[in-house]
Order: sequence, then C-alpha cells, then structure tokens
Amino acid sequence: MKPVFAIVHKDIAIEFRNKESISSMFWFGLLVLVIFSFSFDSTEAEGIKPGILWVAFSFAGILGLNRSLSMESDNDCLQGLLLAPLDRGDLYLGKVAGNFAFTIVAEMIILPVFAVLQHLNFDLKLLWIIGITLLGTLGFVSVGTTLSMISAHTRMKEVILPILQIPMTLPVIISAVTATSMVLSTEPGAMAGISFPLSLLGVFSIVYLTASYLVFEHVVAE
Amino acid sequence: MTRQALAILSMIMIPVALYCAFIYAPTEATMGQIQRIFYFHVPQAILSYTSAIILGLASLMYLIKGDLKWDRLAYCSAELGVLFTVTTLITGMIWAHPVWNTWWEFDARLTLELMLGLLFVGYHMLRAYLPERESRARLSTVFGFLALLDVPINYLSTYLWEQHHPRLYGPGGGGADPAINIALLVSTITFGILYAYLLTQRMAVAKIEEEVEYLEQVVQA
Amino acid sequence: MQSALALESQDIQKKFGHFTALGGVSIQIPRGEFVTLFGRNGAGKTTFLKIAATLMRPTHGSLQIEGIDIRREPEQARRHIGFLSHNTFIYRDLSAIENLRFFCRLYGVDASRDRLMDLLERVGLRRRANDAVRSFSRGLQQRVGIARVLLHSPSLILLDEPYTGLDAQAVAMLNTMLDEIVAGGRTVILTTHDLEQGLRAATRAMVMDRGKVVMSSDARDPAIREAYSRLILMGGTR
Repeated sequence: MKPVFAIVHKDIAIEFRNKESISSMFWFGLLVLVIFSFSFDSTEAEGIKPGILWVAFSFAGILGLNRSLSMESDNDCLQGLLLAPLDRGDLYLGKVAGNFAFTIVAEMIILPVFAVLQHLNFDLKLLWIIGITLLGTLGFVSVGTTLSMISAHTRMKEVILPILQIPMTLPVIISAVTATSMVLSTEPGAMAGISFPLSLLGVFSIVYLTASYLVFEHVVAE
Repeated sequence: MTRQALAILSMIMIPVALYCAFIYAPTEATMGQIQRIFYFHVPQAILSYTSAIILGLASLMYLIKGDLKWDRLAYCSAELGVLFTVTTLITGMIWAHPVWNTWWEFDARLTLELMLGLLFVGYHMLRAYLPERESRARLSTVFGFLALLDVPINYLSTYLWEQHHPRLYGPGGGGADPAINIALLVSTITFGILYAYLLTQRMAVAKIEEEVEYLEQVVQA
Repeated sequence: MQSALALESQDIQKKFGHFTALGGVSIQIPRGEFVTLFGRNGAGKTTFLKIAATLMRPTHGSLQIEGIDIRREPEQARRHIGFLSHNTFIYRDLSAIENLRFFCRLYGVDASRDRLMDLLERVGLRRRANDAVRSFSRGLQQRVGIARVLLHSPSLILLDEPYTGLDAQAVAMLNTMLDEIVAGGRTVILTTHDLEQGLRAATRAMVMDRGKVVMSSDARDPAIREAYSRLILMGGTR
C-alpha cells in the first residue's frame, strides 16, 4: 500500500506546485454553469438544475483526467513508474485516488457557485448533494482513469477520451441526476426512493474499480 | 460449408418470417398495421444485446489467451452491433411516431439502446486511432470488456427514468395472442440465423483483410 | 537462488505487427561485466533493453535477471534493475530531493533526508537539492536520473544511449559514475552510437543488426571496430 500513497502524495505535491489541474477544472466547470444559467430562464430551469450541475461536473472531470495523464507523459514519467516493483493494479489505485481528490476539490468549489446561480438555499440539502457528488465522482474517475490511460496510447488522446467516457458513465450521470433532483424537489416524500440511485452509484464504483484493477496491466503494457 | 448452410437457411426462413409478420399474424387491436414493425424491432434489439455480450466475452478471452482470433470476433460482432442498434432505433422511431406522436422519449429501453450504440461506435473509433495490430487488440478489448459490464448497470439505471416503452411480456405486460407469439418466434429465429451468417461471413472477410494489411506492411517496409 | 549470471536470455523475439524488432536474442552476461551494445537505429538495442527492464513484453522467449524469470516474477526482478534512457523519468515540477524521495518510497527503500542528500552528493547536486528540476540543464537532469537509477542499489544497470545531448562536463560525470558503479561490482549494459565512449570502460562488446546479436567479444578485440564500421558506418550488409 505504501507505494500507492507515495503516488498520491506525489500527484498532490505536483498539483500544489503548479495548480494546473484544479484551476482549469474549476474554471471550465464554472463556464459551463454560466452558459447554462444564461441559456435557461430560472423558472423553467427547475427541473434541469441537477442536469446542469452534472454536465458541468462531467466536463470538468474529463479535463482533469486528461491533465492527470499529461503529468505522466511529460518526460516519459510513466515508464519510471512501470520500472518500479509496483503492481499495475496498485498503480491504477494511486492514480484513481489522485484523480478523485482533484476532481472533488474542483467540484466543491463549483457547487456553491451553482447554488448561488440557481437560487438554492444553503441548507441541509447541500450535504446530501455533497454525498451524491462523492459517490458519483468515485464512479466517474474509476472508469475514467482506465479510459484516459487507454486514450493516451492513441494519436488523438484528448478527443477520444470523451467519446469513450461519456457513454460509459451514463449510468453515473443518470443516477446522480435523479438522486440530486430527488433532493432538490419540494414535493413531500420525494426522497423516498433515493437509496436506489445511490446504491447504483455504489455498484458502479465497485464493479469498475475491481475490473480496472484487474485489467490495468494490459492497458499499460507494451 | 457452415456459411453456405446458414445462407441457404436464411433464404428459406426470410420469406417464411415475412409471411408470418405480414399475413399470418393478426392485426393488433389498438395500434393497427404499424404494430407489425414489432416483428422486426424486437429481434433486432435482442441481437444488439447479443452483439454486446459477444464483444465483451470475446474481448475477455483475448485478454486471457492472447489469440488474435478472439479480437477478430470482438470487432466483427461490434460491427454487427452498430448495425442492429441503428436498425432497432430506426424501427422503434418508425413505430413511435404515429403511436406516441413523437420520434423520441427518454425511456429506459431507448436510452439503453442509444448508449449501446454509442459504446459500439466509441469502440470502433478507438480502433481507428490505433494503427498497430497488437496494441489495437489489447486496448480495444479492455474497452470492450468494460463496455459489457456497463450494459446491465445501465439497464438498472434506466429504470430510474419513466417507463414509456410498451411492455408486452414480463411485469406490467398482458401477454399476447398465440399467433403473435408464434410470428415473433419465427421472426426471432430467422434474424438469429441471419446474424450467425453475417457474423461468420464477416469473420472470414476480416481474416483476409488482416492478411492483406500484413502483406501491405511487409511490402512497404 | 544465487546466479553467476546478471542477465540470461533465451530466444527473445519481439514483433510489432509484421515488423520483427528482435529475431531471437540469446545471450549470457556474467556478473560484474560492462557490456556495450552497438548497432544502427532500428537494430533492436532499445527494444531488447526495454524487455530486459520489463517495460515491454517479448512476443516469444524468456529472460532471467539474477536468476529471476521476468515473466513469472516481474516485481522481484525489477528490484534488481536500474534503467536510464535519454528521458530521465523525473518530475519536472518537483525538486531534486522530492523526486528522489518519491522513488525511494516507490522502491520501498530508506527515504531519510541523510540518505537522499548522500545520493545527491554523489551526483554533485547537493547544493541544488531543493531546486525544481525544471530549472536544470539537460546535463543536470541526467544526473538526477542517474541518482534515481542508483537509489535502490540495483545489481544490473541498463543505460539506453545515455550520452545523448550531454555536454562534455556531463559526459565526464557520467563516466565517473559508471566507473564507480562497476568498481562496486555491479553489471552494466550500455547502448550507444559513440564507439569511443562505448569502448572506454567496457569489458565486453556486442553488435546488433536487424534484431539479432551478430557479434559478441571482448571489448579490446579489434574485430569490434571492424564490425562497427562495416555494419554501422557503412550501412550494413545489403
């Protein structure tokens, strides 16, 4: 486990130094929010608020995945990691943890902006949304880390990633949006069925963390 | 030899299935003649899922065994997957327009079919950007395997959407007239045979394509 | 199991589609040897070294590092290997000492400040320990790379064209380091285009051509120079 922590620590140290990942994710997410907020009248936007949030999160997330990868392609650093007596699955876990941390930080900055732009109250509901965000982001980066490593081997790295990532994370988006709209709904009893989308998010994360851990050696091998 | 047998069988079964769909089966009470699309739409949907299952399992086999024939099976079935996903969506839309008065609804089944189509297309796009044979096989099979895992999860997640899509069998559905069931069975079997023929034929062509690609590279070197 | 051979390979092959990078390499390198591998571009030197470093999987064949089969126990084998190419594999946004600390943790070796400063002292970078690597010249970055290679005390050092892009001072430093490494009983395999640098400290020389080892002999054997001019300078036997 120690090498996994070393990788996470290293990624965090680099991010502290150049602050490129979190800032670009945050700004991009913010721009998406702003565009949507302008495009939709606030009255008709009620039903699509959760959608707006998760579109912003998705695009910011993909940006973050691309950044994380370019960190390792500079100077061929990935080869340095592959030289170490490190299980390829552990390498995957290290990268997932780093990606998760950065994406969550960016999302936690985007969330209050979203609340302000969409005229939400800063109440307990936000805690639920934070919880949904954590689960959803875990699923998103668990498959995204693998797909970004796959994309890195192609000519059109940044273009291919969203083409692969978006269809594959549709269950995450659907579940997260549904759960978020249940939380934001003013109807009584709207939260009754929230365990279903939340458990789906959990299942997605478990399935993809496990599957990726097992096949990652094929992704990085030559 | 098997391919020829499948081709002949298809040619026999297709007119039989057409007869069943258009003449033998009774006209449906509420929807009228348009309902007959059901005999094409349902088998196509079934085959689009079959393609996804073959893609996923063949991909897994390649990752375990390393034999390129599994990768070949994966991408051939993924090609058929695109074909059957598109035809499922189109026949669905042809049916939907007169009956729902719209071309599209974000219903569970439709979303699932659309996602499947996007995954198949994404798979082929990935392959298109990987010129080297071994890395193409290695990376696209990882994606193919992960895509298969996505199908049941997405099926469950789309239950969160409203249920517009008609349910004939299973919970909420009322079952059907025996003649309709027979016509559907015949149609499904016919499509299945056609699928098997297309797959085996495509595999044979794929093998030749790969040999040609290999020779081209040797000549260019 | 203690083996007298630092590296042993049996019929290592590597194909990329139709292209055969390695057509069957079977060599034995005893401990303590300094082997220089010569060959034109595309001869297969880098491919073989990468396979030995477990960065690439061979299409066929087997290879043992210190008696450990790299296919069966790759992680064990990696503990004995240090690999350096013209890419240094270090993180430009981190400082020299941070880079080394990271790699020490990765290899599970002592990452104490004293040890790290000692390592930096060995490559002459003690005073620049806390500077971001981004600010280093290529020669200095290469030195950090060398420290990275040595920090887990591997018994086999693989160097792929390490002299590329180095100035005279950096070359001298690299040579000093190599002499120290060999004096310490380690095994070195080096690939290079430069005949003189390659033969300077080598005990053994091999020439590769079109994916095979075509000559292997003592470094002082004049036949090596002759093979070098024939195969490499004059374009081979076509």
